Amino acid sequence: MKYKLGTAAIAAIMAAGPVMADLVFPSLSYRTGPYAAGGIPFADGYADYFTMLNARDGGIGGVMTRVVECETGYNTEKGVECYESTKGEGSLVYQPLSTGITYQLIPKTTADGIPMHTMGYGRTSAANGDVFSHTFNYPANYWNGASGAINYLLEQNGGDLNGKKIALVYHNSAYGKEPIRTLTELSAKHGFEFKEVPVDHPGQEQKSQWLQIRRDKPDYVIMYGWGVMNQVAVQEAANIRFPMENFIGIWWSGSENDVLAAGDAADGYKALTFHGVGDDFPVFDDIQKHVVDAGNAAGAGDQIGTVLYNRGLYAAMLAAEAVKTAQEIHGVAEITPAQMRDGMEALSITEEKMAALGLPNFGPTFDVSCENHGGTGLVGMTQWDATAKEWTLISDFAPSDMDVIGPLIEEDSAAYAAENNIEGNCG
Amino acid sequence: MFYREAGDFSTTYAEDQQTFPIKFDRYRYYVVLFIAIVVVPFFINDYWANSLLLPFLIYAIAALGLNILVGYCGQVSLGTGGFMAVGAYSCYKFMTGVDIWWGGELLFRLPEFNIFFSVIMGGLMTALVGVLFGLPSLRIKGFYLAVATLAAQFFLVWLFNRVSWFYNYSASGQINAPERDLFGVLITGPSTEPWATYLFCLFFTIVCAVIARNMTRGSAGRKWMAIRDMDIAAEIIGVNPLRAKLTAFMVSSFFVGISGALFFAVYLGAVEVGEAFGIQKSFLVLFMIIIGGLGSIFGSFAGAAFLVLLPVALKVVGVDWFGWPTDIVAHLNLVIVGGLIIVFLIAEPHGIAQLWRVAKEKLRLWPFPH
Repeated sequence: MKYKLGTAAIAAIMAAGPVMADLVFPSLSYRTGPYAAGGIPFADGYADYFTMLNARDGGIGGVMTRVVECETGYNTEKGVECYESTKGEGSLVYQPLSTGITYQLIPKTTADGIPMHTMGYGRTSAANGDVFSHTFNYPANYWNGASGAINYLLEQNGGDLNGKKIALVYHNSAYGKEPIRTLTELSAKHGFEFKEVPVDHPGQEQKSQWLQIRRDKPDYVIMYGWGVMNQVAVQEAANIRFPMENFIGIWWSGSENDVLAAGDAADGYKALTFHGVGDDFPVFDDIQKHVVDAGNAAGAGDQIGTVLYNRGLYAAMLAAEAVKTAQEIHGVAEITPAQMRDGMEALSITEEKMAALGLPNFGPTFDVSCENHGGTGLVGMTQWDATAKEWTLISDFAPSDMDVIGPLIEEDSAAYAAENNIEGNCG
Repeated sequence: MFYREAGDFSTTYAEDQQTFPIKFDRYRYYVVLFIAIVVVPFFINDYWANSLLLPFLIYAIAALGLNILVGYCGQVSLGTGGFMAVGAYSCYKFMTGVDIWWGGELLFRLPEFNIFFSVIMGGLMTALVGVLFGLPSLRIKGFYLAVATLAAQFFLVWLFNRVSWFYNYSASGQINAPERDLFGVLITGPSTEPWATYLFCLFFTIVCAVIARNMTRGSAGRKWMAIRDMDIAAEIIGVNPLRAKLTAFMVSSFFVGISGALFFAVYLGAVEVGEAFGIQKSFLVLFMIIIGGLGSIFGSFAGAAFLVLLPVALKVVGVDWFGWPTDIVAHLNLVIVGGLIIVFLIAEPHGIAQLWRVAKEKLRLWPFPH
C-alpha cells in the first residue's frame, strides 16, 4: 500500500502539467536491449531533425516542436505504457519502430483518433486506408520489400528464376513472418523453390540455421532480421562462405551495425532500401550547424549519416511535411491529431519538395490518398563496401509486383475488417 | 496501540479463525476493498488502468499462483511464462470458437464462449497442462525440477509459435483479442472503458486471492507446506506426495493461466508468444515472489506491486522530473531490480511480507516496546 500511495502522488503531479502549445512528436525509442543497435540511430535522427527545425525555422509554421522520448526496449508492454503516458500530451503521430507494438497500437490509436506512421514496418495491409483509417505505412512496406528483392533477382537472372532455390532467414515473430505469404505467391508465379528458416528472438544463436543453409545450398538468401540477429547472420554466412552478393537483407538488416562486426567478410552484402544513403545531402549541413555545433545532438551524436539515422530523419521529415499539409488544409498552426491524420492522408512528396528540404533524390516521390496509405512502394538496392565502409545505392528505386501484393493486401485487410466490423472509411 | 487484540473478543470458532482476527486489521482490509471496488473505478483513466493497475492485478494473480507452487509447496518452477501462454492461447481459442479438424476436414466448431468463461477455460486448460508438467516433480527435486519446468517453458513457446492452429492460421502468428462484452459492457478490444477492464481484473484477483488464502490455511495448504518442509517426513505422517504435489501444480497453474488469459485478452489485446511469454516473464514473476515474500499471500501482491510500479516510478522521477536520458533510466531500473534481489535474498529472505509482519508487530507494541 505504501508503494501505491507514493506512486499515486508522483503520477498525480506528473499528470498535472501537460503543455499544449507545442507540436508533440512522441518517440517510442529503444536505446537498451538486444535491438538497441537499431533503435539508437533511428531515435537520434528523428529527434535531431525536429531540433533542427526548431533552431532553423522556429518550428513548423511558427509552432515549436517537442519530441517526447519514451523507452520501450522493443517490448510491447512498455510500448503500451509509453503510449498511454504520452497520448495525453497532445501527441500528433506515433512511430513505434516495432511491428509487435504496431499490432498493439493499431486498434488503440484508431479508437483514440491519433494517426500512426509505420514506415517500412508494421502491418503491411494497413496500406489499405479504407480499412485502416489511422495507420499509414508509406512509402514502402514489407511486401514491397519481398517483391523488390525478387524483382532484383529476376533482373540479375535475365527474368527467369525457374528452378532456383531461395531461402528466407527470418526473425520468428510477426515481423519476420510478414513476407512469407508474398514469397510463397511469388515462388508459385516465378517457379523458384522457397524455403523458410526461422530464427528465434533475439537471434544470437544461428549455428543450426546456417548449417541447414549450407546443406540445402540455396542460390539466394533473403533475410528479415533486426537487432543483434543481423550481425550474427552476416557473420555466420561468412563462416559457411556463402557468397555475400547472393545474400539480401530487408532494409532493417542493412545498416552499418550489421556488417561492421564481420569485417572484410561482409563485403558485397546487399540490402533493400526505400531512401537514400550517406550524408551527401544539403540537409546535413543544417544538422551540423544548428544541432551538432549547438551541442543539441540527441544521444551520443555519433550516428549522423548512418543508414538508420537517415531513416529516422526521413520519418521526421515526412511527419513534418504532413504537419505542413495539415496546417494548409485546416488553416491553423496548432493542429490536433485528427487534423494531423488529414494532413498525412493528403501528403504529397514531390522532387521539388525534397530538393527544397535539402534532401534531393533522397526517396521516391509519392502521394497518399484515402484508399492508399502505402505510397508507391518503390524499392532500391544497396550494397556494402567493406573497404570504404559505406553503403552505396546500386539500383534505381523500382516498382514492386503490385499484381501479387495488391490482392494480398485486399485479402488481409478484408479479414481484419470482418473481424472488427469495420466499414469502409473512404466510401 | 494501533494494531492490537486487546478488547477484541472472539466468542465463536469462526470468529477466532477468520483471516483477519484483529479488528484493526480487518477494517483496514475492508477499507482497501472498498476503495478498490467503489472508489477507484470513478477516478480511473486509461493511463492508470493500462500502465499501473491492470498489470499490477494480473501479475498479482500470476504471483499468487507461483507462490502456491514455490512458496507453499517448495517446487521450484521456471515455466510461468509458458503456462501464462497456455492460458492466453486457450482463452483466445475459446473466445473465437474452438475448431476441431480431422484429416483435413472441419469436424465441428464450438460456439464462441463469453469472455468470462473463456478466461476460466484458460485457467482450466492451464491446470491440465500444469499437472502434466508437474509429473516429473514426483521424481526430481530442486534444481533438476527447475530445469524440467524450464523445458516446459521452451516447449510451450515453441508449440504456440509452430502450430498455426493455436493462432487461427493468421499470417503474422499473432493472436488478437476481438471485441467481447459482459452484460453489454466491453471487456476486450480497443474501445473499452478503463473502469470496466479494471473491475473485470479486480474481480478475478479478489476471487483468486480469497481462494488461495483459504486453500493455503486449510488441509491442502498444510499438506503442501509439509511437503515443502520435508517430503519424507510428510509422507510418513500420511501426506500423499503424489496428490499434494500435483494439486499444487494444478492450483498454481490455474491461477497462472487466468493471469495469462487476462494479460492477453484484457491488458495487451494482441500477443506474440515469444515476446510476451518468454523466459523473462518466468523470471519476472519469480522475482516478484522472492521480493514480495515466499509463502505469503500479501507478499504476492507486494512483489507484483513493487515490480510493476518500480519502472514506472523510476521513469517518472528520472525522465519527467530530472530530465535524464531514457536509456540511463532503463539501465538504472535493471541495476536496482538486480541489486534489490540480492539485498532481499541476503538481508530479508522472507521479502516485503516479512517487513510488513515486523511493522505490524512494532505497531502492536508501540509506544512501549520491550
